Amino acid sequence: MDQIIITLVLISLGYFFGRHAEKKHYRHIIEREELMNALPAMASRFPPVGEKFEQTLVSGNVVIANDYFKTFAAGLRNLFGGKVSSYETLLDRARREAVLRMKEEAQALQADYVFNVKYETTSISKGKNNRLPMIEVFAYGTALKKITP
Amino acid sequence: MLISNMEFMTGKKVLKHLGLVQGSSVRAKHAGKDIMAGFKNMFGGELKAYTELLHESREEATERMVQQAEAAGANAILNVRYSTSSIAAGAAEIYVYGTAVVLDNPE
Repeated sequence: MDQIIITLVLISLGYFFGRHAEKKHYRHIIEREELMNALPAMASRFPPVGEKFEQTLVSGNVVIANDYFKTFAAGLRNLFGGKVSSYETLLDRARREAVLRMKEEAQALQADYVFNVKYETTSISKGKNNRLPMIEVFAYGTALKKITP
Repeated sequence: MLISNMEFMTGKKVLKHLGLVQGSSVRAKHAGKDIMAGFKNMFGGELKAYTELLHESREEATERMVQQAEAAGANAILNVRYSTSSIAAGAAEIYVYGTAVVLDNPE
């Protein structure tokens, strides 16, 4: 009985706090993304031809955890299969945050573009049975700054 | 030391390839941080302690790669790739590798 009550409390706490945190995070991400629009990040391997650039490696990383409610919901979803939207938003937030951090580093260098962007996703809580999902997203690329002769 | 994850440096010529250089680092966090992470796990959100830990770990791996390249007499590392693997509970390995080269006019 106690166990059920504790689980229910955790689920409801996770639901309220988690939802609030996610909304806040999304607002923050969208705000910063608008500011960063002037600095495009591209997956292309080759920079514009005919110009000289100063190249620097830039990167951004973030470790983010799911809340209790979402983990529980995803567990239920596992029974029936199908789209697990609670994980989708988690990964989406992590990727956008990592790219924003990378772009912020590039902006500090006064770069014009970030090229050759690569992503890397790792689940770092793997191997622990009683553990809730935690993922790390790492984004890196080459910041290009035009050299004005 | 110039580091880039592109295969070339714009406006610079590669004089010599010195082969693969690499660096790795395995880190685990201390128990206090782990407990805090446990709380965060209930409510969701960023785990800053882990973010910092992995960032430091990557810096260390990169530092080791740079040392190896310097010992080989290179002045730049091109085509750098990172890889992360979770090898045990709470420990992650960061591996970074690239090609050490000698460029004609490094600034």
